[in-house]
Amino acid sequence: MTLSLLIVQLLNGLQFGILLFLVAAGLTLVFGVMDFINLAHGVQYMLGAYLAVTFVSLTGSFLLGLVLALAAALLLGLALEFLVFRHLYERDHLDQVLATFGLILLLNQAVKMIWGAAPLSVPVPEFLSGNVRLMDGILYPTYRFALIAAGLGVGALLWFVVEKTRTGMLLRAGASNAPMVSALGVDIRKLFMIVFAFGTMLAGFAGAMAAPILSVEPGMGDTVLILAFVVIVVGGIGSIRGAFVGALIVGLVDTLGRSSMNDLLRLFMAPASARATGAALSSMLIYLVMAAVLFVRPEGLLPAKGRS
Amino acid sequence: MTTFRFGLALGCGALALSIASAQAQEPIKIGVVSVLTGPAASLGQQVRDGFQLAVDKNGGKLGGVPVKITVIDDELKPDVAVERVRSFVESEKPAFVVGPVFSNILGAIAKPVLDSGAFLISPNAGPSTMAGKACNKNFFVTSYQNDQVHEVLGKYAQDQNYKRAYIIAPNYQAGKDSLAGFKRYFKGEIVDEVYAPLNAMDFSADLAKIASSKPDVVFAFLPGGLGVNFVKQWSQAGLQGKIPFLSAFTVDESTLPAQQDAAVGLYGGMTWAPNMDNPQTKDFVKAYEAAYKIVPGSYAQQSYDAAMLIDSAVKAAGGAGNPDKLREAIKKADFTSLRGKFKFNTNGYPIQDFYLVKVAKRADGKFQTEIAQKVFSDYADPHAKDCGLK
Repeated sequence: MTLSLLIVQLLNGLQFGILLFLVAAGLTLVFGVMDFINLAHGVQYMLGAYLAVTFVSLTGSFLLGLVLALAAALLLGLALEFLVFRHLYERDHLDQVLATFGLILLLNQAVKMIWGAAPLSVPVPEFLSGNVRLMDGILYPTYRFALIAAGLGVGALLWFVVEKTRTGMLLRAGASNAPMVSALGVDIRKLFMIVFAFGTMLAGFAGAMAAPILSVEPGMGDTVLILAFVVIVVGGIGSIRGAFVGALIVGLVDTLGRSSMNDLLRLFMAPASARATGAALSSMLIYLVMAAVLFVRPEGLLPAKGRS
Repeated sequence: MTTFRFGLALGCGALALSIASAQAQEPIKIGVVSVLTGPAASLGQQVRDGFQLAVDKNGGKLGGVPVKITVIDDELKPDVAVERVRSFVESEKPAFVVGPVFSNILGAIAKPVLDSGAFLISPNAGPSTMAGKACNKNFFVTSYQNDQVHEVLGKYAQDQNYKRAYIIAPNYQAGKDSLAGFKRYFKGEIVDEVYAPLNAMDFSADLAKIASSKPDVVFAFLPGGLGVNFVKQWSQAGLQGKIPFLSAFTVDESTLPAQQDAAVGLYGGMTWAPNMDNPQTKDFVKAYEAAYKIVPGSYAQQSYDAAMLIDSAVKAAGGAGNPDKLREAIKKADFTSLRGKFKFNTNGYPIQDFYLVKVAKRADGKFQTEIAQKVFSDYADPHAKDCGLK
């Protein structure tokens, strides 16, 4: 592999990691602060993408469509919180898994009834549709740079909110000891509602940002959900910093594994068996990383403070 | 008393008459097995709708006899499919089962259907096993043998004298069969042979490798959402129009609404396209678009042909009562296929022409594949020789 190709692949890995971070951030917030396993986070990501399809085609503008989709995702999050999640906070994890798994089935089917089963798409916005020429005549899509920027922006915003504001302080306190925060007179229900709705909006944002590069179809959230869980387990549950680092690790390992595993194996294997092993091994790689992290640091690489 | 007897006799006569007429009007039972749940549902809907369109066009009859259609959703799960199909054939005793879309489902339902004595007509799945040793006298295919579509692109790449090819498919059996099919005819150098995960979303790593290794041609078998992801990212990486893109089941009418402009100019292989120049195709495309608001793809077309095949066979056999007569009539394939030419080989698979098709944007802004050139004429699959049928 040449140096320029390596740089492009690093960029690809970074970009994939950022996308995963956008999904995982909301999941880790809800999981960490509320101790709530939300399997429906993936379908909320899918809904963000579908809302973007609808609003972008309605308004004809990507930015306007994105804003409307985010607003709709937030409303949807509040509605789901009110109708379903509110009643599950006190229950144990198994009940939460069952109920949110039911939501996956329900929402996947609902999406199919409303938008149809065929894949849909969002066009790349005009002002981001070009390419940036990297060395060696390799073009890199501008939109992917925009995606990286958006991810870094969200990361910075989350860091600021969690570390520097009063709400963030309550969040961190809630993550370490929710009953105590409640005993100190904080309306923990309201806090949970805000966290949950915000988490849904983050998932929706990830979906809407992914819509121009990925196929928008029923079930698109299921794959992402598994990867997001890997990310937060690697990074440490409830920790935004952990989700960021975990997402970058997963993104880079997956991309570099897929792009160089075959070539690596070919050094000491026949091409045909290198291909077969390479394909199998590279899709396993992130899970191997997760297993290794769990073995060395069961609480994740950068766990939230006060949680272990 | 006599009046009473006379009345009774009259009553019995009337009853007998009404039974006789009911028998004449007894509808032919047909099961349509298709995937209507999950990401592949858009293919399954075309199979269901293409069949229904043919029946509607004939006034709810096939071969002049009314038909009763039962649609069965196989959910793309072999265990679900076999359960539902078995209970259907046992309780309803259908004359025909039409379906399914995917070969793994066909493998699951073939035995229960064929054991029940029904004819099984596949409007899409054409596995090599059932073309060879496992062929059956009551099994017919109105699509193609799966390998052939991939061979079309391999043959074309070879004819174009391309020297270096980059080929990519999902990491499962059909993906391996696909690349093997391509390589059967393409004799140049394979720059890289990539098996992507079945749930791959981001192909940027592969696209970067393609851009840097600069192959003469790329061949992809990436069905459904995989193809949508790949083709959109292909165009965003600035590769559209730079490297010839050949594919199988990657750009078709089921994915084009999502791929749109990114797919224009990309190639696929097929036996038919919506712009095929014959009157029956023009009527079919017009009627399908009016009824279902989308451009029909090969799935709908092959299912429509399956219905027209049943129509011709029932007409020739004078009903669906005699399986031997029906089988002889089916083998003749005496119907007007949307493809024009169509005949059956001894194994129940078609012998037909294959084309290179190219994605185009129509004047009304919709997208469709269009015939670019003929690649194979009267092409029969090689497995027929392993089939014992005559």
